[in-house]
Amino acid sequence: MEYIGLSEIRGGSLVVLEGVEDPSYDEAVEIHVEGGKEKWGRVVQIAGDKVIIQVFEGTDELSLHNTVTKFTGHPMEIKLSEEILGRVFDGVGRPLDGMGEIYAECKRDINGKAINPVAREYPRDFIQTGISAIDGLTTLIRGQKLPIFSGNGLPHDQLAAQIVRQASLSANQEKTEKFAIVFAAMGVKYDVADFFRRTFEDSGAAERVVMFLNLANDPVAERIITPRAALTAAEYLAFDKGMHILVILTDMTSYAEALREISSSRGEIPSRKGYPGYLYSELASLFERAGILRGRGGSVTQIPILTMPNDDTTHPVPDLTGYITEGQIVLDRGVYQKGVYPPINILPSLSRLMKDGIGKGFTREDHPDLANQIFSSYARVSEARALAAVIGEDELSGADKRYITFGKLFETHFIHQNRFESRSMLDTIALGWKILGLLPRSELDRVTTELLDRYYKPTQPDDF
Amino acid sequence: MESNGHVFGINGPVLTVAGAEDLHMSEMVLVGEERLIGEVIGVYKDRSIVQVFEDTSGLKPGAAVYGTGGQLSVTLGPGIIGNIFDGIERPLEVIHQNSGAFISRGVHVDNLDKEKRWNARMLVKAGDEATPGLIIAEAAETESVMHRVMIPPDVRGKIRSVVPDGAYTIEDALVVVEREREHENAPLPDLNPDAAADGTLLTEICMAQKWFIRVPRPVRERRAVNRPLITGQRIIDSLFPIAKGGMAAIPGGFGTGKTMTQHQLAKWSDADIIVYIGCGERGNEMTQVLEDFSKLKDPRTGKPLMDRTILIANTSNMPVAAREASIYTGISIAEYYRDMGYHTAIMADSTSRWAEALRELSGRLEEMPAEEGFPAYLASRLSSFYERAGYVVNLNGLEGSITIIGAVSPQGADFSEPVTQNTKRFVRVFWALDRTLAYARHFPAIQWLASYSEYLDDMEDWYNENVGGDFLTHRQNILRILYEESELMEIVKLIGADVLPDSQRLTLEIARVIRLGFVQQNAYHVFDTYVPFRKQLKMMELILYLNSQCKKLISLGISMNALKAEDIFEKIIAVKYNVGNDELEKLDGYFQEIDGFYHHLYEKNA
Repeated sequence: MEYIGLSEIRGGSLVVLEGVEDPSYDEAVEIHVEGGKEKWGRVVQIAGDKVIIQVFEGTDELSLHNTVTKFTGHPMEIKLSEEILGRVFDGVGRPLDGMGEIYAECKRDINGKAINPVAREYPRDFIQTGISAIDGLTTLIRGQKLPIFSGNGLPHDQLAAQIVRQASLSANQEKTEKFAIVFAAMGVKYDVADFFRRTFEDSGAAERVVMFLNLANDPVAERIITPRAALTAAEYLAFDKGMHILVILTDMTSYAEALREISSSRGEIPSRKGYPGYLYSELASLFERAGILRGRGGSVTQIPILTMPNDDTTHPVPDLTGYITEGQIVLDRGVYQKGVYPPINILPSLSRLMKDGIGKGFTREDHPDLANQIFSSYARVSEARALAAVIGEDELSGADKRYITFGKLFETHFIHQNRFESRSMLDTIALGWKILGLLPRSELDRVTTELLDRYYKPTQPDDF
Repeated sequence: MESNGHVFGINGPVLTVAGAEDLHMSEMVLVGEERLIGEVIGVYKDRSIVQVFEDTSGLKPGAAVYGTGGQLSVTLGPGIIGNIFDGIERPLEVIHQNSGAFISRGVHVDNLDKEKRWNARMLVKAGDEATPGLIIAEAAETESVMHRVMIPPDVRGKIRSVVPDGAYTIEDALVVVEREREHENAPLPDLNPDAAADGTLLTEICMAQKWFIRVPRPVRERRAVNRPLITGQRIIDSLFPIAKGGMAAIPGGFGTGKTMTQHQLAKWSDADIIVYIGCGERGNEMTQVLEDFSKLKDPRTGKPLMDRTILIANTSNMPVAAREASIYTGISIAEYYRDMGYHTAIMADSTSRWAEALRELSGRLEEMPAEEGFPAYLASRLSSFYERAGYVVNLNGLEGSITIIGAVSPQGADFSEPVTQNTKRFVRVFWALDRTLAYARHFPAIQWLASYSEYLDDMEDWYNENVGGDFLTHRQNILRILYEESELMEIVKLIGADVLPDSQRLTLEIARVIRLGFVQQNAYHVFDTYVPFRKQLKMMELILYLNSQCKKLISLGISMNALKAEDIFEKIIAVKYNVGNDELEKLDGYFQEIDGFYHHLYEKNA
């Protein structure tokens, strides 16, 4: 059905159309603007024959008379086939790389459907990223959703790129053709998108990457669609084609801000900081699309990146994300200022799925205790530092001084590593023991006596 | 089926329905050709408001809306235990078989298996009086749970006929009851088929009955709660216990271990039935519960934990209205088993997601918000949920209980937000999870200074009778040391621990032993994950004995450094890993070791 003209234009992304016959909720619409331009939209509210349409490319150029609106009869869909590998699309799934439309094997509703919990397989295989702070302390598991909480000016993009580079290398050894990356950019700067593109090319992975780009100057409403299109592609590759997919979603904060912008233009009642009350459900509908299905082979692993406004973890976006995702990797400005890369603050960082994917039969039997001990000892370091700030480091007791040394070397030798350095899991574990050797054995209360006998060896600062 | 109107407006899960004068408040409706399940949440002169429990994408205005006459209900009968349901009691395993790995809309499946035959042993005979709640038959539902078939709460009369013992499906009539006239208009929901013959009202009673989820099942009387729910978790049982029939909240920011604590409680509590509601949480977590609970053995029966567990899963990406309903579905099921005389416990993870579902729907209805966008009725909804907990005498005279343990996910880990604050008003146990503890991987991260239990006084008699009078004193002493530590830490933060007098350094050391050796508990350790109450008590005694012996040494002028040179503190901390749950006699050896330590130092320094 086609309709000429509009009844109302509300703000930057909503239009109202009256007298529509038989619209359906969430239906995709095409809007042809006089002069040949074409925009996409979807039905977000219906009241009788009056519908509210969200226009992804924004309402610029629209007037009440210069449009023809066509209802497609189905929700937003994207075309899929294995040809999408190596291609670049815009935020709603149209080719951007000038290589033409793809031949579609199938079309999928970008909203996806909830995975039935009984159809899931509990994720247990770790992905070696070659980064000690992640492999050793917040192990990434295949099928997990593990976000990076960052701030502006922190090297989250470099870290994500390093994970992609090194994780794909380690995956190569087992299943060469079965690993691919889906990259979705929401409201990121051109430079950032370009940085990722170059990284993929340099690492020789470009053929196995699908990119969906909605840049900072692209329309806001399109941003709502971008991660959905990307995840639909990821699910297709994982569950139809049996591939292991790593999805990078950046920047989730821009996504949430786009939601807020649209919500406020619809006049909805805001909850915290102006974000709509359904922000949690919206984020969950993205993050829950990670996982493994029983008997399907592939997997979807997500690494969403979000920048915390004012580095505040309690801001609604990181806060709600942390409640949905299976842990978080938190970057810290203080650590970064000490020249440590990756500047991961391990105390608030966590991988929830780690406990079942490490230890005997997975990594090594001492890994869980070792990780616990490092967390516990490093928490003591903060106390010693707080005390040192008051009474001065010289006045500290011997025990506290040892913790200060331990903390320093832990940051500079365990967490810190080169951007192109990939450490094996066993190297990381060995390094962990070497660092713990700085502390007297009696302070290591999280490790069983048996493991201490086998692995503990005292070390001196000079050993590093 | 006759249509009661049609869809006019659609806004997410909220529909405006036109031309529906007959719909009544809370009525369950079916929408469109797919018969999506919905519920009436507002009735106006020319419009009604319906919330739909499924995804509304693709729904069109004009779609027919069918009233069902009844409210949203659950089917109660054998086959519930060991199952995993969605928020409105549809079995996810059956949905999986019918529609694959992803959940489609408009799936209509039987709530319970109608084909399966259960071996029923009849407990009544013709001519018996049928009173509400009367147990008429029993059938083994799982190896650990005997299902008791009851006369529904709204049926009273005389039993006219009874089938012989044998295998029946949940829809086979087991008993026919001649109903008394005055109960014809029973105030309670009556969903059971009536058959009128020769002027009397006949009701067939089968194993399954229906119940409206928003209506609490009636009981004869509520009793005072006076006995603990033993959980095997030291910080809970020994320091902040919960009563059978009590209510508790576990608030905590993300990563502090709410779900982990809920899992531990679901695994090890000495309740007969566990209802675990995953309300707006992660899909992988539900999968994990399914996998773990099928493998783990109940310490009391030796049977798989799944044999006493019911899972309700409305993961965070499933429809929001069903999330709101899932809490009520869960508690109605718990009440049904309570009516059979069982002690049930509900883990609701997380009630904040439920409150947010309320907020989301309220926002779509354009209601006037109260605090932080939450509707003004948040408090009353929370209280009416928590008040369905309790220790009761059922209609049939049996005692049963429902314990509610609700996780709360405060926004920004800030306990002053509305859900935490309103929950705090209605629960009597508060286990506050703490980020600092979680960061140091101290689990369970229950902060002893912020947590409390109001049930101690109520349960005093039980402790005196069953555990001994020492328990409460020991508990008090342990907590006192922890409180003293926190005060001393204020000073230590400013000037360091070395300048404190030895008596205070001892307090710090003993507090460390308590924190590491007692309060901290390893959920992944083969026996530390569940510790019997008797061992907990003995461990407290041991630590306090160490404290008093050390105090004596200090008062004799022996320095704290001399005390710390011995490894006695580390030994006591390691007790939790070195003494098995059935080797309590080994603990006596530790008392002797403390004596040995005492004499050794005494003689060395005398």
